[in-house]
Amino acid sequence: MSGNPSDKVEIALDVNGRVHHARVEPRKTLVDVIRDDCGQTGTHIGCEHGVCGACTVLLDGEPVRSCLMFAVQAQGCKIRTVEGLQSGNELHPMQQAFMDHHALQCGFCTPGFLMLAVGVLEKRPDISDEEMLDVLSSNLCRCTGYQNIIKAVKAAAHTMKAADD
Amino acid sequence: MKPARFCYHQPTTVDEAVALLGQLAPEDGRILAGGQSLVPTMAFRMAQPPHLIDINGIAELAGIEVDGDIVRIGACVRHTAFEVAGAVPGATGVWLRKVVRHIAHYPIRTRGTFCGSVANADPASEWCCAVTAIDGRIVARSASGVRRIAANQFFEGVMATTRRDDELVTSVELSLLPEGTRCGFAEFSRRPGDFAIAMAMASYRLVDGNRIAEARIAVGGAEPMPRRIAQAEAELNGKTPSTPVFAAVADAAAAAIDPMEDSNNTADYRRGLVRTMTLRALENAA
Repeated sequence: MSGNPSDKVEIALDVNGRVHHARVEPRKTLVDVIRDDCGQTGTHIGCEHGVCGACTVLLDGEPVRSCLMFAVQAQGCKIRTVEGLQSGNELHPMQQAFMDHHALQCGFCTPGFLMLAVGVLEKRPDISDEEMLDVLSSNLCRCTGYQNIIKAVKAAAHTMKAADD
Repeated sequence: MKPARFCYHQPTTVDEAVALLGQLAPEDGRILAGGQSLVPTMAFRMAQPPHLIDINGIAELAGIEVDGDIVRIGACVRHTAFEVAGAVPGATGVWLRKVVRHIAHYPIRTRGTFCGSVANADPASEWCCAVTAIDGRIVARSASGVRRIAANQFFEGVMATTRRDDELVTSVELSLLPEGTRCGFAEFSRRPGDFAIAMAMASYRLVDGNRIAEARIAVGGAEPMPRRIAQAEAELNGKTPSTPVFAAVADAAAAAIDPMEDSNNTADYRRGLVRTMTLRALENAA
């Protein structure tokens, strides 16, 4: 709890398995703290009002808009960002599929799409194409026309499932 | 844009939250639940509450409870909870599951809450329409006690309700519809996940073989608040399901409403959508 609106509060955030300590105002959004205080700038800020999905991260495994939460609210949660996808020098199958299928041009929306698709597929590896299309409509991309994003996510779904089997 | 400064309060019990709200509501202190409507409004600086009371840490508000033929949806239950088959039993659960996938987008549904949508009272809110269709009750608690407000006494207009500023919506109660109730939903928006321009919910039961009883037709998004349409229900009760019957019910719903107008949607356009959505909701229920 804070007494004055400008009082900063001590928070600890678990981002990709590493705990970051920060002193922030309660009004600071999760995405701003991830970028400014945790130094993880892979997560992008687009519209800042929940429409574009560029800031999508996983909060306890579920995709959320990190511009629509305050960082103080994310304490005690496990946050995953695009920096947490690859293991060592090996790209996550979703990242590899985005490269292989030319699913990005400027790349600004890409971290959000990656986290959205990975979050949903980890929970629902057998999601139908129609439902995945509905999920992917959550985020905006102004370059690709979406077709290659859909191709990449389908290909990655296959690879992720094969790795699990 | 960044929200204006506020003091952050994190109660862990309903008593504590209600006490804080009683103290801070006169200064425009507000409840923060899912935040999927409030936080964008704050980012635009259209809302600048000096205090936010975050109820996400209150365990007693987190669940869906079934109590006899009533289901009680706690204030922190997220939209996604209703995507799980069986989360709410019987026909009511089936109906809510048909509705939920139309609410915004998945990453919004993982945070946004059922009760928050109801308290926010956006005319385009699917849950406001559902609570109206099912004749739910909004449970509002303040330091002076608990009120159970019937849905048709709760919504007053665009984002306006009979909830007092010092009252916390702790849950919404819905009656479980009788087994065999058929339920349908349809809405129209220009893009998936956008605010609906019109929506309709329809349910009925078949008795004596093939006769319709217990008809419920509710329309949302078209008027300042959702409501059941008695003329359309009267047109449906006692009939046998058929396309001409459903078309007559849809006509009755379209005739009964007084649609809102905005720069993109004329009253006639919305009236036409209400006709089509009512027909589709009935076909979806059949």
